[in-house]
Amino acid sequence: MAAVPEPIGADVGRGGAQGYAADWARAVRRLGFVPLSAAETERLLLVHTVRLAQAVRAEPFTARPAEEVGRALVEAHLTEPRALEWALRALGADFPHRVLAAAGRPADLSERIAAVQGGLAAGYARALRDRTFAQQERIARSAWQARDEVEQALRDSEARFRAVFTGAAIGIGIAGVDGQIIDVNQAFADMLGYSIEELCQANVAELFHADDAAGMWDLYQEMVEGKQDSARLEKRYYRKDGSVVWTDLAVSLIRHDDGRPRFTVAMIEDITERYELQQRLRFQALHDPLTGLPNRTLFFETLGRVFDSAAPERRVGVCFLDLDGFKAINDSLGHDLGDRLLVVIGRRLAECVAEHGHLVARMGGDEFVILVDGGQDAVAVAQTALAAVAAPVHVGDQQLAVSASVGVVECPAEETTASELMKAADATLYWAKAAGRGRYAVYDPERSARDLARAALVAGLPAALERGEFVLHYQPIVSLLEGRMLAVEALVRWQHPELGLIGPDRFIGLAEETGLIVGLGEWVLRTACRDAERWWREFPDARLVVSVNLAARQADDPAIVDTVADVLATTGLPAELLQLELTESAVMGSAGEPLRSLHRLAALGIRLAVDDFGTGYSNLAYLRRLPIHCLKLAGPFVEGIRADGTDVAADHRDERIVDALVRLAHALELWVTAEAVETGVQAERLRALRCDTGQGRYFGAPAPAEVITARLRGGAAG
Amino acid sequence: MPDGLPTEIDLTRPSAARVYDYFLGGAHNFEIDRQLAEQIASMTPNLAATMRSGREFLRRAVRALLDAGIDQFLDIGSGIPTVGNVHEVAQAANPKARVVYVDIDPVAVAHSRELLAGNDLTGVVHADLREPERILTETHQLNLIDFSRPMGILLAGVVHFVPDAARPEEILSTLRAAAAPGSFLVISHSTFEDQPQEMLDAQRLSARTDTEITLRSRAQITGFFGDWTVLEPGVVHMPLWRPDSPSDVDEHPERFGAFGGVARYDQSAG
Ligand SMILES: C[S@@+](CC[C@H](N)C(=O)[O-])C[C@H]1O[C@@H](n2cnc3c(N)ncnc32)[C@H](O)[C@@H]1O
Repeated sequence: MAAVPEPIGADVGRGGAQGYAADWARAVRRLGFVPLSAAETERLLLVHTVRLAQAVRAEPFTARPAEEVGRALVEAHLTEPRALEWALRALGADFPHRVLAAAGRPADLSERIAAVQGGLAAGYARALRDRTFAQQERIARSAWQARDEVEQALRDSEARFRAVFTGAAIGIGIAGVDGQIIDVNQAFADMLGYSIEELCQANVAELFHADDAAGMWDLYQEMVEGKQDSARLEKRYYRKDGSVVWTDLAVSLIRHDDGRPRFTVAMIEDITERYELQQRLRFQALHDPLTGLPNRTLFFETLGRVFDSAAPERRVGVCFLDLDGFKAINDSLGHDLGDRLLVVIGRRLAECVAEHGHLVARMGGDEFVILVDGGQDAVAVAQTALAAVAAPVHVGDQQLAVSASVGVVECPAEETTASELMKAADATLYWAKAAGRGRYAVYDPERSARDLARAALVAGLPAALERGEFVLHYQPIVSLLEGRMLAVEALVRWQHPELGLIGPDRFIGLAEETGLIVGLGEWVLRTACRDAERWWREFPDARLVVSVNLAARQADDPAIVDTVADVLATTGLPAELLQLELTESAVMGSAGEPLRSLHRLAALGIRLAVDDFGTGYSNLAYLRRLPIHCLKLAGPFVEGIRADGTDVAADHRDERIVDALVRLAHALELWVTAEAVETGVQAERLRALRCDTGQGRYFGAPAPAEVITARLRGGAAG
Repeated sequence: MPDGLPTEIDLTRPSAARVYDYFLGGAHNFEIDRQLAEQIASMTPNLAATMRSGREFLRRAVRALLDAGIDQFLDIGSGIPTVGNVHEVAQAANPKARVVYVDIDPVAVAHSRELLAGNDLTGVVHADLREPERILTETHQLNLIDFSRPMGILLAGVVHFVPDAARPEEILSTLRAAAAPGSFLVISHSTFEDQPQEMLDAQRLSARTDTEITLRSRAQITGFFGDWTVLEPGVVHMPLWRPDSPSDVDEHPERFGAFGGVARYDQSAG
């Protein structure tokens, strides 16, 4: 800030100049913006006041200093027009008498003041014009500069994006909301086999593929309507040459500033190879490599879908097919031929049923399954399949005749599940196999329930023996002549923890099949002998014989003689008080001739009886030579006797048979016991026919040992 | 390009910085700016005076800071430095004073750069007050301000451009947190308190520049100082803040429609 110049001449009233400057400062500060404090403004204007005063009085006179003051005012930013007005007016009015001492006033004062006013205005105007030009120029330059910078930044970023766009390995395409393609990059064009120019004339709707996923075009529509901002999916395109390219497609919506949809940008990556590999892997995962048929995974997937989508009443059927004796073929001809056989069978099955829409799958080994398409007759499909398998097969130079067994299950979808259905099919296949080769079986839920119950019993048998769940009941065998109880037949019962008391008919067969009969039989023998020994000790005069059944499998076992001997020895029962009952077939043994051990058993001193005599095939010639003591007449003969009056002829026939059998037995010196005697009439007739003993409800139902003991104690003979 | 900053320069829209320049008597403006300025001025004759009074408040505040020994300033929302700029005021008192100007307006920034070219003690940052971290980072990079020493943070006539939704209190606390003890914060801010209706209407016109103004209460504005010590005479109508002389004070200091205040970061407060 300039220092206040010394006034020239003492006549310039410093006090007057100061007052003038103060007023001037107040005015400019009131009228416009001054970037200075009040004191600074005042000091500045005092400088100019003094300069103006000096100028007015200078000799020779010039208005130049006034011009400089005008310029200086602008430079100090005292540019408010009304402030200028104030300054000029004050110069003309107050200035001379307030600032210029009367002595120092030149003669031509008014001309000089006018010149100073003019000079100041000119200096001011020139400076203001310069400043305005300068500021206008600077602000314009700044604006362009800023704009350049922004544009440069835009250009830079656009150049970067261009480089990305053109150089990208990924295909990029831009389209308007009307679908018209605006630009694509080379990669995009290459992927579709067109030139960029060709694509730029196309509309995205032309890139439609008939197999586009459902909803794909709806999604696109939503996008151009602004309801979606991006989407990502797999899409296939037709290339110009008609081939297909699979792509991973990502589409994004670009909006106007106000949010209206503007462009869609699609980015595609060629995933054809990956897709094909996936397809191949998926095919491999779902198909059997040997036959090329669907595998069990695909089968179960398909079956699951059928169940998921089937109407409740819709019927679902499967044929579960298994080659008969395939293992033997494999073993004798080698795996290679076995495999080739499977290939042929697989192809035949596929050919004969697939055309009806059925699915043929290989489940593994020589098992195939046919999923019968809705509502068609599964049995007919099974028959077709069996016929297809049955035609001779040529593999290598071999001609093979193979057959298969089929389990057929068919039922409404709502009644079962996929896994139950397959379990049923498996069981049914087993029935078909059991029934012989080359046939089908149809699932029977009742049979299946029986099988299941049976299986449950079989599973429980071994533990039952260990846990002592078996008990013996005894049924009296009574003399028809005198009514005395001569013997009791030991009958085994199973005290099942859940099912209660179970008769032997329900489990002896199972025990025989599983071999458990040997252990169970021995337990029966031992227990019966122990009981009998007690009776013998307590009631020696009764000489009560215990009769124990011997299953064929037991009788066949050479160790049976030792077992019986051991039982007699350990229980102390006299041998003659034990009778073993064998069926006719057991007597004949598995070798087709009578058991060798019969003689050795008889040699122990025990009695042997033939059970259910008359139902099987007995070679009377053998019978004569065997050490048999007793025949037990099978129930049906005795039942015929009971029916008195209604069918006289039939009665008589049964009576004559019994008569003949008794006579035969007696001729062979055998005792005869009639089983299943239910009524007094029957007992009477049997006695008349000279049958020796009777057994049946009439003489007493099977009962626990205590009941027998009580009966012995009571002494009642009948 | 920073997120909050414009991506195109639209010279067909008036700019707050250039309108302000016009009110201060500058010629750094275009027809469009002047039209708006005249329109505003015709509705609220006070407004030009308000602008001047804002600029004067800033000058007095900067002087006060200089007197307190502050020699580095961060002036956010600096506008177009027509005249009476912070660096001029500061460097007149202390030729070594450093000033960093920050503005969102690219034209104002370009102008400042041009004007300040050759002044090694000043720098310009193009940034948005709503991104205070960015302002601090870019200021650091200029290496002009030593953040470990007290500085003056100037927010003159700018915080009212930040709407409540942009959480101005958080912005302020970020800026305060960057300052060393002994630093000062200067704020001037438009208010609706004690205002006639036409002032409130004019405020609506400002929506035609890039940003709308949010008028705030004295309490809200005081809150922007956080726990710093607000210096005498407190947050007051601008002319009342330490006037050069009592005669400088307008008869109706509230007519300028803005509060001004200065606070200091006292160690005990931190
Ligand atoms: C009224 S001027 C104030 C100028 C100066 N600080 C004064 O008080 O004299 C407001 C300035 O703040 C700037 N501005 C507005 N909003 C801003 C923001 N969000 N960030 C940075 N500057 C902003 C405008 O560009 C304008 O230059």
